[in-house]
Amino acid sequence: MEWFDALVQGILLGGMYAQYALGMALMFGVMRIVNISHGDLVILLSLIGISIATAWGLGPLPVLIVLVPLAVLMGWVLQKAVLNRVVGSDPLPSLIATFGLSIALQNLMLQIWSANSRSLPGHGIESQSIEIGGIYIGLLPLIVLAVATGLTWGLDLTLKRTRFGRALRAASADVEAAAMTGINPRAVYAMATAAAVGILGFAAVFQALRSTVAPADGPAQLIYAFEAVIIGGMGTVWGAFAGSMVLGISQAIGFRIDPGFGVLAGHIVFLVVLATRPQGLFGKALS
Amino acid sequence: MTAVLSTHGLLARYGDFQALYGVDIELHQGEAVALIGANGAGKSTLLRSIMGLLPVGREMVLLHGEPVGGTATDRMVQKGVAIVPEGRRLFTGMSVEDNLRVAIDQAARMGAKGGWTLPRLHQLFPILKEKARTQVQSLSGGQQQMVAIGRALLCQPRVLLCDEISLGLAPKVIREIYAALPEIRATGTAMIVVEQDVGLARTASDRLYCMLEGRVTLTGKSAEITREQIGKAYFGAGHGVV
Repeated sequence: MEWFDALVQGILLGGMYAQYALGMALMFGVMRIVNISHGDLVILLSLIGISIATAWGLGPLPVLIVLVPLAVLMGWVLQKAVLNRVVGSDPLPSLIATFGLSIALQNLMLQIWSANSRSLPGHGIESQSIEIGGIYIGLLPLIVLAVATGLTWGLDLTLKRTRFGRALRAASADVEAAAMTGINPRAVYAMATAAAVGILGFAAVFQALRSTVAPADGPAQLIYAFEAVIIGGMGTVWGAFAGSMVLGISQAIGFRIDPGFGVLAGHIVFLVVLATRPQGLFGKALS
Repeated sequence: MTAVLSTHGLLARYGDFQALYGVDIELHQGEAVALIGANGAGKSTLLRSIMGLLPVGREMVLLHGEPVGGTATDRMVQKGVAIVPEGRRLFTGMSVEDNLRVAIDQAARMGAKGGWTLPRLHQLFPILKEKARTQVQSLSGGQQQMVAIGRALLCQPRVLLCDEISLGLAPKVIREIYAALPEIRATGTAMIVVEQDVGLARTASDRLYCMLEGRVTLTGKSAEITREQIGKAYFGAGHGVV
């Protein structure tokens, strides 16, 4: 029972990781842009959300409604102003540019919000739970998982079925050939990063509701997102979702073994996958 | 009659290496022009320069008399110029149909009008319908070439640039692909065909340009140019006939 509970809690935790990982799956998995500031953007959005909630006395849902469009705009500006200048077949320029951006964002956040941990008041939603067969399931983690599933489904369909999705996949496969087919790769990338950071808007609200955030927390979120995408396999959205579940379950089981072992258990599973199946659980091996 | 597409003193370079030294070519409405020459003569570079894939001067490329040199590639497609690139350059990891849909999507976005539709393309190359759901990387070379041609046609071009569409294909497949060109021309699309096979180039074109080391060394009606003339232009003066 104890282990089944760990499994359930792990899946719920995976829901949170999936929200970080989806944006990463789009940027790193599809566009091959290494965005080191991924986690810092989550934290920045969380802190903005907390400030909005405090200033205007808003509940979590209105904050989400304000924050997601803001995140979309941030993503679009990020791609237009920074990433479109460094995007190319070589991932190193984007890595260096976003590494610098990460440091700048962390310091900016320290300057504005100080190093204190904050959280978003959830008006009781964070402490409610439902009991199913002796296992308590938190309402908030359940919502997080449901939203993560919905976002994954929506993103997967967008990539497969829409004009934007096909254009993005084409540009990722061969930028020059995409341009030869009439695609403006920079415009498509700007939309894709806008979508990726928009999803981080959801992650930011839920992260600030279920836990606390501080300006230095970004890099840890970045690692979880990277790990989930690589465990699942590059370029597959449902793979990133599954990778998040694997990471969440590994950590939850690790925590049951020893409270200090949880995060490490996740890293170990990641390393084992990387060593034995580098293309990821759902990725296709390069032929 | 103004040319549909023309280049004027076109210069192009890759870093320090100058690849084109003042190339002048013209393409008229509904015409097929062949571009022949040895490897490294600058044929592909010429097409890439027209497509905005290399930086060139604004006045060096005219489209319907409008200076378009150095225009972004996607804008050139919007203006009605499409290319079947060397090496086919299909979108790997995507199905045949999705590869073609990318072009349909963009033509719709740009409001490009033309007669090319998926059913019409399937008439031209029936295998593309059969293989619609197949990933492009598992097609044969000839089938991949058909996808590349189809993708370019669905951009609804008025000018089609074909870069070595016979390269690496079996003679039977080459005949099949070249048999489709007259139907493409019948829609009024003007074509520049880069071709290594001189015989094939002559039969598939109205006029031809022979290039050598970044310059045009011979031009004329494909049916009238002699093998001797082509031999001299192809290899430079002092060489024998082909």
